[in-house]
Amino acid sequence: MMKKILLGNEAVARGAYEAGVVFASSYPGTPSTEITEALALYPSIFCEWAPNEKVAVEAALGASMAGARALSAMKHVGLNVAADPLFTAAYSGVNGGLVLAVADDPRIHSSQNEQDSRNYFYASKIIALEPADSEECRLFTRNAYSLSEEYDTPVAIRLVTRISHSQSIVQCEKPQVYEQKKYRKDMSKYVMLPVNARTRRSFITKRMTRAQKLADNGPYNKEIIHKDAKIGVITAGVLYQYAREALGTQASYLKIGMISPLPRQMMTDFCQKYQKVYIIEELDPYIETFARSIGITNIIGQKLFPREGEFSAGLIAEKILKNYRPFNYQPEKDLPPRPPVLCPGCSHRPLFYALKRQRLIVTGDIGCYTLGALPPLLAMDSTICMGASVSMGHGVNKVLPNDKKQKVVSVIGDSTFIHSGITGLIDIVYNGGTSTVIILDNSTTGMTGHQTNPACGQDIYGKPAPAVNLEALCRAIGVRRVITVNPFDYKHMYDVIAAEAAASEPSVVIVKAPCKLLHNTTKDPPREVEQTLCQKCRLCMSIGCPSISVQEGQTLIDQVACTGCQACQNLCRFGAIKEKEPL
Amino acid sequence: MKESPISILICGVGGQGTILARKIICEAFFNSGYDVKASEVHGMAQRGGSVVTHFRAGEDVASPLIEDGQADIILAFEPLEALRFLPKLKRHGQVIVNSQKIMPTSVLIGEFTYPTDIFNKIQTATDKIKIIDALDIATKAGNTKVVNVVLIGVLAKMLSVSKELWLKAVAASVPLKYQELNIKAFELGYNI
Ligand SMILES: Cc1ncc(C[n+]2csc(CCOP(=O)(O)OP(=O)(O)O)c2C)c(N)n1
Repeated sequence: MMKKILLGNEAVARGAYEAGVVFASSYPGTPSTEITEALALYPSIFCEWAPNEKVAVEAALGASMAGARALSAMKHVGLNVAADPLFTAAYSGVNGGLVLAVADDPRIHSSQNEQDSRNYFYASKIIALEPADSEECRLFTRNAYSLSEEYDTPVAIRLVTRISHSQSIVQCEKPQVYEQKKYRKDMSKYVMLPVNARTRRSFITKRMTRAQKLADNGPYNKEIIHKDAKIGVITAGVLYQYAREALGTQASYLKIGMISPLPRQMMTDFCQKYQKVYIIEELDPYIETFARSIGITNIIGQKLFPREGEFSAGLIAEKILKNYRPFNYQPEKDLPPRPPVLCPGCSHRPLFYALKRQRLIVTGDIGCYTLGALPPLLAMDSTICMGASVSMGHGVNKVLPNDKKQKVVSVIGDSTFIHSGITGLIDIVYNGGTSTVIILDNSTTGMTGHQTNPACGQDIYGKPAPAVNLEALCRAIGVRRVITVNPFDYKHMYDVIAAEAAASEPSVVIVKAPCKLLHNTTKDPPREVEQTLCQKCRLCMSIGCPSISVQEGQTLIDQVACTGCQACQNLCRFGAIKEKEPL
Repeated sequence: MKESPISILICGVGGQGTILARKIICEAFFNSGYDVKASEVHGMAQRGGSVVTHFRAGEDVASPLIEDGQADIILAFEPLEALRFLPKLKRHGQVIVNSQKIMPTSVLIGEFTYPTDIFNKIQTATDKIKIIDALDIATKAGNTKVVNVVLIGVLAKMLSVSKELWLKAVAASVPLKYQELNIKAFELGYNI
């Protein structure tokens, strides 16, 4: 056995590797992305970035049906996209083991909402495990494969940001020798016509009844009893760590590792041992609702704890221990906030400046470019979910009066367009919309840390792969006005957007320039402000580039941060911004 | 080794290399036989934004997060971020702060002003403050990118883990071709 220190996500990958997984298909999404990135480092596993989570889960289900062990990882909102295959894969069950690793994001560190995936596992009636540290990430994922095959179900590993993105020590084991199962045609299991689906529906009930026994007697749920404890705590995952940090031996614990189905008998028995039992869980009262439904009453949950955001050991101590008085320095008031920003040289910046100047209605989407909604650009009117820019723009376009109709543009990244923008564009063309879709093609999935995607000509390993031709794709959908522009040719881009927005038919503008952070993107020499020419109009400040600042009345460009993109130079009316002259 | 966990909070600005710093610290403590836990939020969404990493080591570490008033050391890559996370510091805890200021956009566009007396403010909270011009030292080491490893050097000097293990951890955490540069940066920080 080899000890290693791993991220929760890397440990999930390790567990999958140890279980003999050979196929993984995912779409990136914080905080789940590193699972698939880590899987891609094992030569025995074929990994891929799928166009979206629904495709990924279906591909993994196919691999499972064919007899291999497979995995798909996603963030919580990714499971919304993959909910359709999930609910029926719960019926078909598996041949080779199938694991879905799903990472929730309490406190919305890096997402558009906060949702509790445990409800999905309950609703779709599959087995789900929730690890409390990296070692359990490895072990639970490894074991999930035999559970999946034994119970004939997909198994979910439920993660949260503080497990996925925390590092702790893992005891690696040798990989199992897993012999891929034979593929056998079995329509009764995989062709979900009503007649088969009804039979499988009954099977699911039996399966979950059987799994209930495992929840009550298996190795996943554990009592940790301290003899002087006066209170009981029921909790799962990282919350167990916070609870034992806060309460130590003052409490006894029922630590739940299997969150679907939940243990009935064990919970009942545990609650009989203590007068007061606290149920400590973030997000929805999932365990609490279950406990109440089986008639347990001496529990305290959401009446005491917040219904939103992240918990911590401090919060638990404060809520449960009467005399908890932590010391801390008072936070300084009115500190300048530091939200994330578009990087110096970002190819998205000139576009948002142009959109702002043209006072367009901009339905936006999710990616680095969502930052175009922040000051000083403020050039985005909506961001809901991946793909919604295109379809929402169509809705806006359809109902606005004629003089406003031509003011609607949708802004979407290359990865997001492939994920779920294409169907929205079909809607526009098919149903006679006239809005404009702007695809920000920076040749990468930037937001989640530079994953490749089907439009950028490389696979997950960085090897050459066929690239979707976005222009040809849009034309094939029926858009006649498709034009590609370079955002650093500002004037041209500006005019094209004005013309396309005004056109009374659907149009697509592809704004193409590679992300400056990609290793092979060339950078130009930094720019400099010629102070004698600068009229201090501060126009260059309005594009929100973090490398431009005003110090003691002078506008200066940070020579380390500047990538020489010329977004500021293109705007300066006095020719004061130039390439730094060689000494 | 029976002691309460040691907690180090690393804060800075996305892109400054706090993740590599965390990797090195984890590796060094792990190799000296401690239980370790570290936590941070990843993703490009953090670029240019305020970032924070929690690191804890001890005999048995439960929570990966540092509570308010619990950090033994704050290792700040940027002065404003040191001030922002000061409530995490233990009474009379140690602050190591890089003096290089990075203006947030809220300041650049004139909505806020960058606080002027940050070091004084920290000094009124704790007498243990070490101000380091890590950018200058990194430039001397040969590359402005190794600010993070310079700061690790400064931190290492204050901790019980042996220098040998720190050097091993640095070497293990960076690509081979940058090893020499990073070791140099570490040494310069360590020998301040
Ligand atoms: C359903 C869903 N899956 C994944 C994510 C995570 N996510 C947010 S933006 C994004 C991709 C952004 O890439 P792209 O559209 O190319 O824009 P860029 O960030 O490169 O500007 C991803 C994967 C999400 N928010 N929702």
